[in-house]
Amino acid sequence: MNIWFSYHWHALVLAFKRLALIPFSTLLTLGVIGIAFSLPAGIYVFLENVETLSGQFSSSPQLSLFLKLNATQSEAGKIESFLKENPHVASFRFIPKASALEQFKENPGLAEVMDGLEGNPLPDAFVVTVRDVSAETLETLSRALSELHQVEHVQLDSAWMQRLDALLKLGRLAAWMLSLLLSLLVIAVVFNTIRLQILTMRDEIEVAKLIGATNGFIRRPFLYFGTIQGLVGGIVAWLIISLGIHLTDEPVKHLMQLYETDFRLYHLSMGDSLVMFLFSAGLGWLGAWLSVVSHLLKIEPR
Amino acid sequence: MISFSEVSKRYPNGFEALRNVSFTVETGEMALINGHSGAGKTTLLRLIAAIERSTTGSVIVNGQDVGRLNGAAIPFLRRNFGLVFQDQKLLFDRSVFENVLLPLQISGFESKAAVRRVRAALDKVGLLGKEKARPITLSGGEQQRLCIARAIVSRPSILIADEPTSNLDMEYAKDIMAIFKSFHQVGVTVLISTHDVELLGDTPQRILTLSHGELTG
Repeated sequence: MNIWFSYHWHALVLAFKRLALIPFSTLLTLGVIGIAFSLPAGIYVFLENVETLSGQFSSSPQLSLFLKLNATQSEAGKIESFLKENPHVASFRFIPKASALEQFKENPGLAEVMDGLEGNPLPDAFVVTVRDVSAETLETLSRALSELHQVEHVQLDSAWMQRLDALLKLGRLAAWMLSLLLSLLVIAVVFNTIRLQILTMRDEIEVAKLIGATNGFIRRPFLYFGTIQGLVGGIVAWLIISLGIHLTDEPVKHLMQLYETDFRLYHLSMGDSLVMFLFSAGLGWLGAWLSVVSHLLKIEPR
Repeated sequence: MISFSEVSKRYPNGFEALRNVSFTVETGEMALINGHSGAGKTTLLRLIAAIERSTTGSVIVNGQDVGRLNGAAIPFLRRNFGLVFQDQKLLFDRSVFENVLLPLQISGFESKAAVRRVRAALDKVGLLGKEKARPITLSGGEQQRLCIARAIVSRPSILIADEPTSNLDMEYAKDIMAIFKSFHQVGVTVLISTHDVELLGDTPQRILTLSHGELTG
């Protein structure tokens, strides 16, 4: 156990020394691995955020009911009582045209536009939350509502949800394909770095073999070398994503306030981050292992 | 114990480096292998350390048939030897100390004890004051002594040196031979190849003479 530990410690120290000996190439390699990982991981984070966001919008499906501009208050009241009696309606909220206008005016950009208009161009509206989520119920309800007197338009908020869902699925597939390709890239990068290492250390490897080093002893520092590169590359990717989130968080928050939603960007969760680090370290190890197997064992003392 | 029985070595290009060589060096014995250059001295030593394998015949070291060892066993065979190479094979990107430490790292030696052993080995060859130096800054004789320190640091039972004095002037060469003799005196089996019989000095020594791959005496 003690010997085992000292072998591994020796290999780890040697790996760090070798990395430090070639700082420029180490930094470049870490950069390449980091960027390669940050692409699929970044897309993953983006998709997670979009999904959370869409969930916030549609925790229960909603219908927007816009009345005709000339609809009177009593006509709105009739629609209100219809909604109260309908079993599919969980809750609803009436937004009179005046308060809708107020909301628009709160936004400094839109306020000017609104001031330029004569009168209120906005209709009265109901936002209806539906009890049953099934597409059929939504369809039936929206048809019933659109046939009511003085209803101009019924907007089913789930249509864009379905489209978004399909898009998210597509995005996720793309992220997976990208991670597969970039994983191969990472393996190739580490493979090549280790190959160069082995070539420049030919003498050392030869001498070590002559004085009784096992293949394991010679292989170990290279495996650590690759694993460290993979791991630190993963951390670099994590930092790149952090930077991206830091830079976009404020604008996104601002944009979401326009939609009356309080939303902050999420980073990778602790578990996801750990998985990414393990995965990147594993890829580094794999690249090193492939390289060692194909180059190291060919070096025999002359 | 090192024992050759009817060993021949033919290289792929057809050159026959050794022909029907048989001899035995007992444990604790010191023997010199003498012969002109190209007589097969180096090949003989390389067969012992399993750097090469004989074409026919068998090489037995400490009861093990070297030619039949599988790849995984060879490192452990080599740990029995202290090897001093003709071309020294020092690592020039490491200090004198680290060069000598390498065999102990390979055999998984505990680090505090290893430091003591490295110092002892350097002391033995008179390089204790230069442990931080780079091998490239050492003289030829010092480099050779460094190579010996690396060979003896793990206290091997068999010391094998290939032309350890070839590039040294007489004075240095005698020093080196004296070091080898002192190991022989404490019970280490010593096998040295040399083309220079002058060095043997007055002390009687067992000499194996090779000529064109054949043992002649």
